[in-house]
Amino acid sequence: MILFYALAIVLIASSVFTVTQKSPVYSVVGLLTNFLTLAALYFTLNAEFLGVIQVVVYSGAILMLFVFVIALLSSGIGPFSEGPNRLPRIAVPAAIVTLLAFGFVVFGVLHAPLAAPPVHASVSGSTLGAVGTADVFGSVGDFGKALFTAQLLPFEVTAFILMVAVIGVVLLAGDAAPQRTRGSHARRTKSAEREPIVKAGR
Amino acid sequence: MEVDVANYVALSAVMFFIGVAGVVLRRNPLIVLMSIELMFNAANLALVAFSRLWVNNAGHVFVFLVITVAAAEAAIGLAIVVAVFRRAKNVDLDEVAGMHG
Repeated sequence: MILFYALAIVLIASSVFTVTQKSPVYSVVGLLTNFLTLAALYFTLNAEFLGVIQVVVYSGAILMLFVFVIALLSSGIGPFSEGPNRLPRIAVPAAIVTLLAFGFVVFGVLHAPLAAPPVHASVSGSTLGAVGTADVFGSVGDFGKALFTAQLLPFEVTAFILMVAVIGVVLLAGDAAPQRTRGSHARRTKSAEREPIVKAGR
Repeated sequence: MEVDVANYVALSAVMFFIGVAGVVLRRNPLIVLMSIELMFNAANLALVAFSRLWVNNAGHVFVFLVITVAAAEAAIGLAIVVAVFRRAKNVDLDEVAGMHG
């Protein structure tokens, strides 16, 4: 109980820190704290495989992508201009609607009884157990069995989504004019003519 | 279970709306993308909590799918930011209005 509330406070504080920082590098640090805290929360919910995935994929891969893009772009980006943001006219209605939706969600969550489900609800056949033991709910074996038998279609869709993302990224951020690769001399002149990704100066 | 699942879901709602505020209020596209990641993670937390309530690991598989979608979205979003920066030398979301119609 104390662990949950401590983790919840850290989670909310790091979320607010992420959103309110002026420099994106500080936001990345806040987001890293957020993801590690969330991994700890997953462990308290018996989802040990997802906790490990959270650390490896989010903190290891996605945040590194953010850091590299910040390092790539920050030489050319000055501080953002002060003043009202892009929604000056609808800021107040947007804030009211957001607060209403937030209150609705919290009210609904705290007043609807989330009772324990009926016994026949556990269709996956896995049993609860301590985190770290083999073949209990949320362990690697349990998750893998579900992923490769009952939930095989989402797994295949995952592969398709990743392929689409790879093709899209290469199309978007690759060179606008692909260089010819025949002959080292031609390639050298061609690469000298190419526009650099970040212009020096300015 | 010591902690009620409603606490986890309320925490997830708080985190989701912090992410919404970030998307609506910030002008730096990198921070907007990070706020979108916050919203993805709030949804993941709710899924894991409900999956723990009904002892059923379909929710875990769906969280796996969401993490994959979040990775693809981050990659494509950052590629768009880089492409816009190359073209316009400016990524302030107020200034980038090339598709304003």
